[in-house]
Amino acid sequence: MKEKEPIIKLVDLSFAYPYRDYVFNKLNFNFYQGDRIGLLGPNGSGKTTLFQLIMGLLKPNGGKIEIFGKKRRTENDFIEVREKIGLLFQDPDDQLFSPTVAEDIAFGPLNLRKSNQETKKILKDTLELLGLSNFEDRITYNLSYGEKRLVSMATVWAMQPKILLLDEPVTWLDEKTIAKMIQILNNNPYLSYIIISHDKKFLKETTNCIYLMDNGKINKI
Amino acid sequence: MANLIKEKFSEGDSFLHKLDPRVKIIVALLFSAIVAVTDRYTPLWGDLLLAAGLIIIAKLKIREVILRLLVVNSFILLLWIMLPFTFSGEKIYILDSLGVSREGIKYAFLLTIKSNSIILVGIALLSTSSIYNLVHALLHLYLPDKLVQLSFFSYRYIHTIHSEYIRLNNALKVRGFKAQTNFHTYKTYAYLIGMMLVRSYDRSKRVYNAMLCRGFKGKFWTLNHFSFNKSDFIGGIVMISCIIGLMLF
Repeated sequence: MKEKEPIIKLVDLSFAYPYRDYVFNKLNFNFYQGDRIGLLGPNGSGKTTLFQLIMGLLKPNGGKIEIFGKKRRTENDFIEVREKIGLLFQDPDDQLFSPTVAEDIAFGPLNLRKSNQETKKILKDTLELLGLSNFEDRITYNLSYGEKRLVSMATVWAMQPKILLLDEPVTWLDEKTIAKMIQILNNNPYLSYIIISHDKKFLKETTNCIYLMDNGKINKI
Repeated sequence: MANLIKEKFSEGDSFLHKLDPRVKIIVALLFSAIVAVTDRYTPLWGDLLLAAGLIIIAKLKIREVILRLLVVNSFILLLWIMLPFTFSGEKIYILDSLGVSREGIKYAFLLTIKSNSIILVGIALLSTSSIYNLVHALLHLYLPDKLVQLSFFSYRYIHTIHSEYIRLNNALKVRGFKAQTNFHTYKTYAYLIGMMLVRSYDRSKRVYNAMLCRGFKGKFWTLNHFSFNKSDFIGGIVMISCIIGLMLF
């Protein structure tokens, strides 16, 4: 299943927030097609920062980021990355900005220049998959927290990404909704993803290896 | 404020709710421009009547509409305090050394009718569409992208700031904060406002990042296109004829 070349390759990556110590100092990390990785680590160890670096939302102080075999440095380099890798934010309130669920989910596909018909089909399929049918016209800021999480997931899913980066996807969700998440992830074996979570049971059921991030290093456990 | 954010008036199924938002924007714009420059009473009374008529057609809750008008009229009250004393003209009453001028009163009255008519039409025509539909309509009317985005994001972030405020205010309340006239209260409010600004700035950055991650490249694409049909055409023509007809009186 694994191809030779990693699809995400971080070489000697260094990053520090202004006026603070290094989060990463010469970090090396490879991610291959088909990998399903769980990422554990104490609060503030840089898990979210890693995702933001991969998506080009933060710029490294040193080192190299290679994604899909190309070096990614400038804002323009990351446009392709963002279209193919889906990032689920920690806080669903950051992700949802359109008034209605339908508009929010359609936002991504429309940005990818899908036609309106295609977009409507994606919208319908995504809602069905996540068990959110009838949610189309709901107002996003009137949803419950769990519903917001699922809708955020739907907005990322609708982009049909090759890789998912999920930042604490099940925190504060009830067991039933967690079970739904697990089912969705396991029903799509072609997906590759990295999941940040403190829920070891959830990680065991959805990933095939778990890494620990601590002191700016990532190690397999 | 809360009404504005919740788009209370945008839900409904009256004729005006269903009307193409492009028609509504054009009619509201034309109405406002004409009312603003008209100075004669007959057409202005007609316009006010027309505006009230539209509110009735839109089947809005009269109580809510009046509450909104009160907010606007509290500003107009300031005009009533200023204008009669500062306008030159025939004095009809002398209050100490200040004279109340007939022209001043007339002018304040004129402004009251004008602004109330314009606000009523704004409520009947614009508030009956959701902000997203209005934004789409502006795009379809070929307004520059940047301008449209600016208005959409202003709206969107007013909502964000408002919800940050509610959250912080609740955090104060649950720890027993009561507003009083003392230094502690002033300091707390200063922190609240400062925190609110910093937090909403951070959040707006995160929302923007989330948009970038979903392939946003500076252009809004619309999912539901409006279909301009016969009733839109007739509705638009009738309203525009009324407005122009009134101008001729």
